[in-house]
Amino acid sequence: MAASVGRICGAGLLKSNSAISLNQISSFSTTREWSRGRKLLLATIGALTGGAGALAFALDQSVKASDLELHAPKNLWSHNGFFNSLDHASVRRGYEVYKQVCAACHSMRFVAYRDLVGVTHTEDQAKAEAEEVQVTDGPDDTGAMFQRPGKLSDYFPSPYPNEEAARAANNGAFPPDLSYIVPARHGGEDYVFALLTGYCEAPAGVILRDGQYYNPYFPGGAISMAQSLFNEVIEYSDGTPATASQLAKDVATFLRWTSEPEHDDRKKMFIKAMGMFTILAALAYYLKRHKFTVLKSRKIQYKPKN
Amino acid sequence: MKMPFRKMSPLLKMFNNLLIDLPSPSNISAWWNFGSLLGLCLMIQIITGIFLAMHYTAHTNMAFDSVIHICRNVNNGWLIRTTHANGASFFFICIYIHIGRGIYYSSYYLTSTWTIGVLILFTTMATAFLGYVLPWGQMSFWGATVITNLLSAIPYLGQTIVQWLWGGFAVDNATLTRFFTLHFLLPFLIIAMVMVHLMFLHQTGSSNPLGVNSNIDKVPFHPYYSYKDIFGMIIMLMLLYILILTNPYFLGDPDNFIPANPLVTPAHIKPEWYFLFAYAILRSIPNKLGGVLALVFSIAVLLIMPMINKKKFQSTQFYPINKTLFWSFLSIILLLTWIGARPVEDPYINAGQILTITYFLYFIINPTIHKIWDYIIFKH
Repeated sequence: MAASVGRICGAGLLKSNSAISLNQISSFSTTREWSRGRKLLLATIGALTGGAGALAFALDQSVKASDLELHAPKNLWSHNGFFNSLDHASVRRGYEVYKQVCAACHSMRFVAYRDLVGVTHTEDQAKAEAEEVQVTDGPDDTGAMFQRPGKLSDYFPSPYPNEEAARAANNGAFPPDLSYIVPARHGGEDYVFALLTGYCEAPAGVILRDGQYYNPYFPGGAISMAQSLFNEVIEYSDGTPATASQLAKDVATFLRWTSEPEHDDRKKMFIKAMGMFTILAALAYYLKRHKFTVLKSRKIQYKPKN
Repeated sequence: MKMPFRKMSPLLKMFNNLLIDLPSPSNISAWWNFGSLLGLCLMIQIITGIFLAMHYTAHTNMAFDSVIHICRNVNNGWLIRTTHANGASFFFICIYIHIGRGIYYSSYYLTSTWTIGVLILFTTMATAFLGYVLPWGQMSFWGATVITNLLSAIPYLGQTIVQWLWGGFAVDNATLTRFFTLHFLLPFLIIAMVMVHLMFLHQTGSSNPLGVNSNIDKVPFHPYYSYKDIFGMIIMLMLLYILILTNPYFLGDPDNFIPANPLVTPAHIKPEWYFLFAYAILRSIPNKLGGVLALVFSIAVLLIMPMINKKKFQSTQFYPINKTLFWSFLSIILLLTWIGARPVEDPYINAGQILTITYFLYFIINPTIHKIWDYIIFKH
């Protein structure tokens, strides 16, 4: 067992493969005459140096004290992990939060109503959602643009016709498109959750301009978006108590899905791929060992003439 | 006896000499697997790249959206895109290990093979840089701006060259279209260079861990190394797909999910992880031209390896102090990679400068220690 582990760990990876070669290396090695104590001392120094480096790195990573921003704490999302899918009930609730709260200012130009089908809504439900909005289409036979109810193929409507209009309505700030907000921010959904629930009074010395609010998770602290999520600010269709943290959690899960609609397929594919690669790797390893048996077990004999 | 068809056919003969009957040293270790892994990486990049090019639009107004379109609306487009993006990272992991093995076992004594190899490295780096610009995210745009501006350090002609490269007065549509053209073209040049690399290699045969003449004991490439390479390829693909299917954007930068905006500069502009060590070296030199020269020389220094290292044994494993130096050199590169990702502020500035000096010192101290060790061993 130990030998197998050693072999797998590749203790001898840097060395050549044949016993003869190993002997030759050994006879050339200048450390073979070192005392056991000397080798032990060197190994201890190496281990301590590595350990100290790892400790410094771990401390740096845990507190990130060298940064000037507050990092979002990590949460245990139900879709974390290699085998966990998104919580689709949560994604649906998150859609409700987006539609009733966020969509007033934020666009989501890469998500279409068809994307909801089979994920959060049935086809009929998604059609009904789409029909709630009016979409500019055309031109018609007379060359005029017209309004029609939305269809599954339509993308979520933008609250503003263009960036300038969005800035004019928001004190100069441009509410970003939310389709890819999760991967576009350090911390992902943890950041979104922390931002939405992290509003507080500005500490002494922090000066905010008109229309700005304090949020320690936002770079710089001064954010133009007011706190939007409060307890019971909306009513969930499935009856889940709409606490502020529940709303934030659901919308963050929804935003993870919008940025990565393939999330569940990806993880299913991971399971399949690992099953396949494990079998292939085992077979290929066996085949390789089998072919090398002759080479590895041969003996070379030197027969001098006469 | 009748000669097998594979040895007679002019076409098959080529493959036979390359992959079947090629005489190979019997004792080469797993570190010699990375050449074939690089071939696999190149194929992965070209195949996924061709599929991406079918849907990508090289226009500043549409490039970002077309990449999103690939990920959302093309069948398994997300898989092709993430395979291409992470495949580049694996390409560089394999390249760096391949070069590291070459340094450790002094494979650079195969001078022609080594030299063309360094040229392949330069071309691959250029291709990777051009490719990173294509999604037209914030980091793509600002990365392109910073790196192309390096050429402005060239005395007298710098600014003219930069504008010629941009095709205008800033990184814009003309830049994007030509970068796409070159990104598509260069991999085929790399294939040609790889063929030259292999041609030179097969003139001499591979090196081996002992550094002795391989002709003493050779075995045919197939079945020994063909099966060994297949095993290595499966392991590499497995690792690649573990990354792609569990955390596909782990090695990317969040800023590249924001469309390029010439009016908003990201807080920290940094290249992909595989260029960070060179980026740290660039930033460590206070003078712009000096920084650019150091950046180029940090790679080009590999070209002089065959000239500066003259020693009695080929492999580093017979030189204990050089062994330590080698692993220290590796640590320096890792630390430079870390520094490259940090903001330009104390203590990272000083640390970067010290590491840059030690990086280049390796190429002076290493051959010196070889000489001293040879003197100690062979003085009697």
